[in-house]
Amino acid sequence: MFRVTTEPLNVQQVNDLVKRPTDGAVVTFDGVVRNNFDGRPVRYLAYEAYAAMAEKKLAEIGAEVQQKFAVGEIAMMHRIGRLDIGESSIVIAVAAPHRHAAFEACAYAMDRVKAEVPVWKKEFFADGADHWVNQN
Amino acid sequence: MQITVKLFALMREKAGTDTVPLEVPAGAAVTQALATLVCQYPMLEPYMANTRFSVRMDFVDPNTILAEGDELVLIPPVSGGA
Repeated sequence: MFRVTTEPLNVQQVNDLVKRPTDGAVVTFDGVVRNNFDGRPVRYLAYEAYAAMAEKKLAEIGAEVQQKFAVGEIAMMHRIGRLDIGESSIVIAVAAPHRHAAFEACAYAMDRVKAEVPVWKKEFFADGADHWVNQN
Repeated sequence: MQITVKLFALMREKAGTDTVPLEVPAGAAVTQALATLVCQYPMLEPYMANTRFSVRMDFVDPNTILAEGDELVLIPPVSGGA
C-alpha cells in the first residue's frame, strides 16, 4: 500500500500489512518529527504534497525496491498537514525472507523518497519564524 | 492554447496562488510556458533554477512539448520523509 494521508499513521498497522508466511523479517522505519533543526527549537511541522503524484512515485519506488532486493511486500505511508513533535511523518515497512535484504531495502526506499516524492516540509520554530526546507 | 500551472510550497506562497491559468502558443514547450509565467509572476524567477517539472504526474524535461489543457506542475526541491 502506498498512500499520502492527513490522518495519523499507525506504525503497527503498516508493519502488519506486509507480513507473509514466507517472510521471516519485517523492517519498519518510523520517521518522527524532531524538536529541533540543527539545535534550533522547532514547535511543529507542516507537510504539503502533490498527493496524486506522490502516491504514484511511492508505488514506483516500491516496484524498484522489489526489483533490486530479495524482498516481499512493501508499504509506504506519508502523512501531510500539521504534525507535532514525536508524531510519525512517514512509515515504510519491508518484508523479506531474511533480514539483511529487508534492512537494506528499507534504507534504500527512504533515500529514494527523500529524492523523488513531491512532498515539502515547512518548519515552524519556537521563536515564531518559519521556513520551507531546502527552498531558500 | 490554454494550460494550467500548479504551484506548491514556497512558490505557492510567493505567488499567492496555487493555480495559474496560462495562455501559450500551440506546441509550446515547458520552457516557453515558464517564461510566460515568470513575466506574470516575477517573484518566482529566483526559484526556477532549482525547480523540476511534472506533466501528467511524471517528471519531464524542460523541452517537453505541452498540449492543450495540460497541467504543468512546478516541483521545487522535495523534503518529504522524516
